[in-house]
Amino acid sequence: MHNKTITELAKGLREKEFSSVELTQAYLDRINKYQALNCFITVAEDHALEQAKRSDIQLASAGAGLLTGIPIAQKDIFCTQGIKTTCGSKMLDNFIAPYNATVIEKFNTAGAVTLGKLNMDEFAMGSSNETSFYGAVQNPWDTNTVPGGSSGGSAAAVAARLSPAVTGTDTGGSIRQPASLCGITGLKPTYGRVSRYGMIAFASSLDQGGPMARSAEDAAILMQTMAGFDTKDSTSVDREVPNYSAGLNNSLEGLKIGLPKEFFDEGLNSDIASAIEIAVNEYKKLGAEIKEVSLPNMKLAIPAYYVIASAECSANLSRYDGVRFGYRCGDPADLNDLYIRSRGEAFGAEVKRRILMGTYALSAGYYDAYYIKAQKVRRLISGDFSQALSEVDVLMGPVSPTTAFGIGEKTNDPIEMYLADIYTIAVNLAGLPAMSLPAGFANNKPVGLQVIGNYFTEDRLLNIAHQYQQVTGWHQQTPQGFE
Amino acid sequence: MSLTTDEIKKIAYLARLGIDESDIDAYANDLSNMLDLMTQMGKANTAGINPMAHPMDQMQRLRPDVATETNQRDHFQALAPQTEAGLYLVPKVLD
Amino acid sequence: MEWETVIGLEIHAQMATKSKIFSAASTAYGAEPNTQACAVDLGLPGVLPVLNEEAVRMAVKFGMAIEAEIADYSVFARKNYFYPDLPKGYQISQMELPIVGIGHLDIEVDGETKRIGVTRAHLEEDAGKSLHEDFHGLTGIDLNRAGTPLLEIVSEPDMRSAKEAVAYMRKIHELVRYLEICDGNMQEGSFRCDANVSVRPKGQKEYGTRAELKNINSFRFVEKAINIEVERQIDLIEAGGSVVQETRLYDADKNETRSMRSKEEANDYRYFPDPDLLSVEITDELRAQVKADLPELPSIKKQRFIEQYSHDNETATLLTSSRELADFFEVVVKQSGCEARLCSNWVSGNFLGALNKANLEITASPISAERLAGLLKRIADNTISGKIAKQVFDALWESDLTTDEVIEQQGLKQITDSGAIEVIIDKIIADNPAQVEQYLSGKDKVFGFFVGQVMKASHGKANPGEVNKMLQGKLKR
Repeated sequence: MHNKTITELAKGLREKEFSSVELTQAYLDRINKYQALNCFITVAEDHALEQAKRSDIQLASAGAGLLTGIPIAQKDIFCTQGIKTTCGSKMLDNFIAPYNATVIEKFNTAGAVTLGKLNMDEFAMGSSNETSFYGAVQNPWDTNTVPGGSSGGSAAAVAARLSPAVTGTDTGGSIRQPASLCGITGLKPTYGRVSRYGMIAFASSLDQGGPMARSAEDAAILMQTMAGFDTKDSTSVDREVPNYSAGLNNSLEGLKIGLPKEFFDEGLNSDIASAIEIAVNEYKKLGAEIKEVSLPNMKLAIPAYYVIASAECSANLSRYDGVRFGYRCGDPADLNDLYIRSRGEAFGAEVKRRILMGTYALSAGYYDAYYIKAQKVRRLISGDFSQALSEVDVLMGPVSPTTAFGIGEKTNDPIEMYLADIYTIAVNLAGLPAMSLPAGFANNKPVGLQVIGNYFTEDRLLNIAHQYQQVTGWHQQTPQGFE
Repeated sequence: MSLTTDEIKKIAYLARLGIDESDIDAYANDLSNMLDLMTQMGKANTAGINPMAHPMDQMQRLRPDVATETNQRDHFQALAPQTEAGLYLVPKVLD
Repeated sequence: MEWETVIGLEIHAQMATKSKIFSAASTAYGAEPNTQACAVDLGLPGVLPVLNEEAVRMAVKFGMAIEAEIADYSVFARKNYFYPDLPKGYQISQMELPIVGIGHLDIEVDGETKRIGVTRAHLEEDAGKSLHEDFHGLTGIDLNRAGTPLLEIVSEPDMRSAKEAVAYMRKIHELVRYLEICDGNMQEGSFRCDANVSVRPKGQKEYGTRAELKNINSFRFVEKAINIEVERQIDLIEAGGSVVQETRLYDADKNETRSMRSKEEANDYRYFPDPDLLSVEITDELRAQVKADLPELPSIKKQRFIEQYSHDNETATLLTSSRELADFFEVVVKQSGCEARLCSNWVSGNFLGALNKANLEITASPISAERLAGLLKRIADNTISGKIAKQVFDALWESDLTTDEVIEQQGLKQITDSGAIEVIIDKIIADNPAQVEQYLSGKDKVFGFFVGQVMKASHGKANPGEVNKMLQGKLKR
């Protein structure tokens, strides 16, 4: 069962090949069997079986949807009522969310079954899942390597077939980079397309939730449920949601693909460069035209991103003060001691680094030089994309300059880790949608192809990804031992 | 650009963030490296460019003035480390 | 040396919205602790703010009333600091681009009109409350108030005495209530004030170093706090010291200000635009709507009262001091059809006197404008005398009856029938020959004795005019 697509699983449920309870139990068994991967922070076994039972009743009657009875696992950044929601942090180790995120509410309404909560970098700050309070996650393709991050548990779970599809969030590449490193398909939607309500904030102007799945076809099904306007999120966009599956089979004849030359400079691993080249050639065969374009300010995306994201997170994480929820230190001597120790004891080193950085960038005397400057650079970068996307339909390039690296290999140098985000973060600054799709291997490790589209063209991106997946088999590869 | 340990202590206090004395040098080093990275932005010519706070230049939507929330105090306070008589308790606040 | 005082005020007015500025929790005062603090107000992980339309409308209304510049685009910012009554660790406020820009307001002190500049007015969320009763040495936090919309109104340092500061504060208080954007209840903290106070040698251009006096929550305390602070600063400087810029708390019991040490450490609020909120556009449509809804402003109303009702300045000021009172007065005039003078005498005299005595707001008055108008009508048409009217007024205050019902039940109708009055007069004259003698011998004062006797005998119901006329006739013979 675990190798079936969502469409196949839905058909199986409908034709009573198996029940949702059986399907859910099968996945729970796999999750249990592959515990060593450390994909899950919380397995919601009872909750899942309860939901599955209800879905089976619904399946027996009319009104069941495509996701009714389908198990899904959620990144532990989404608040799930009655289920522990940690955001990968000791700070929230005791936090049973008292409400559901809008995204969770939508999955519940659609009849999906929540298997549990997926491991992630602490407060989504990280590119390797190693900053999680709950420990590193193993990449199923090579268990000595990282799955990427911050949605590392999400990507590894899909690659290891522990869940048919999952949710992730992407602030600077946190869906695309782990999708790339784990050989799965991930979509980071346009900023404002998916509600952020109940999705624990890292950097509010950059965060965006999206689907991670084995194929574009499955991602489209999840996206259909996740997308939509939400009055509870001021930054949510009131715009009609298209049918994401309807155009999957559209022809790519005449598609104009831009290759930003900055994506192919000396920093890119040559094996990855050739995998991307092969993928692009595949698109040529599908009728696409290729053109070189330029994003002249792309290099500045890293400093601009790290100023903006750190500034926003320094304020977003002030609410964790040991008063109303979350970790409180033992025997605080006074109020400041309560704050300083609760936060000092419960936040990990990477989170602290970013809070310090953000606090510094916003403090008196530095605000203009860092924060305002970064916001101006952000507009330059956004302008670069508008220019490029006025010349072509989509941009293509690598997701990450390297394939999965060893656990512990980069933890001593945070800057080196930041620099690896070069191909993904500019997209978040501009708020554009982008995908990562499996495009081959380098040294037996998956390589992801990034496809960046214009605002609200998720349907087109999914179509472009799906057409590629019709003529290649990369997305169907399963890591050894997880077949 | 490099940050001193005193500067790190000052920022850490502003952020009410406990840092082990033995880690301060490491944070000073990491933050200094991050600042070096950020000074690259100085190269960009941003004269006449408006700061961009949001990916989408759209306007704030307004909510009608209706009170629909109900009392969920017990539900929310089940999460709190210390409460009494419906209040959240903290170490004595001095004015 | 002669000193000059310089004062600027920061007034916080809670906007009278039903729900909070960024959440749908109720703003009603006095609920059990934390029962009106929803997920958004508590700053739970994942929650997001959505701006209340009415709060924006109210801020714009205020801006228009002080003829201020209204921003086309306004931005909310986070003001970062840690305090237990501030759940998110930042307050959503405004820094650059407040909704209301430069405006002004005229005050009157000792008969002189003075224009006070308003620098800006911006929207922000109120904090919760710390309860310092002893919970085993701990402080209790109630977040019901957290997220209540506040309009912070910042004045220019244009005031030169505590008296001017109070006049300005009263004027703003009157205005926000006129506009129905704030209930003005100072006991409940709906209207609060901080004062920036400094002194400088008379004639000096530069401002002195200022102290900020926090949360002085009555008009009386503002005056006292400023005066005592000015005294302190002058004493300090004259003794060779200098004023430090700091926050000070006014202690009403001891009538002194003292330094708030806990707030002394340098704050760095790290303001930046709140990324959870977008720019607010103050559309032409909204402006037009607010403008159409704008009530007649107090200063304009006062001028109209002076012209339309021939009020003196003092009466007009009193009657327009609140929108409710002014409306009350105008209903009385309209419904009674009486002369404005009679109406204003009754409203400002007996009516306000009775309210004050009972310590009631006009909105809680047992006598409506319509019922008072009914009473005045009966004075004007001579059904009752002014004196009897006071008796009727008391009866109206105590019951739900109409004036006519009271007159009927208590038999207070004025005797205008000259025959009946004549019978009484004849009896009085007959019973008091000595006084008649005195009057006829030229002691005019005795006339009043006869009037009094007649009124007494008629239980006050005889028409005094009629009595006068008839007595004069009878006693001449």
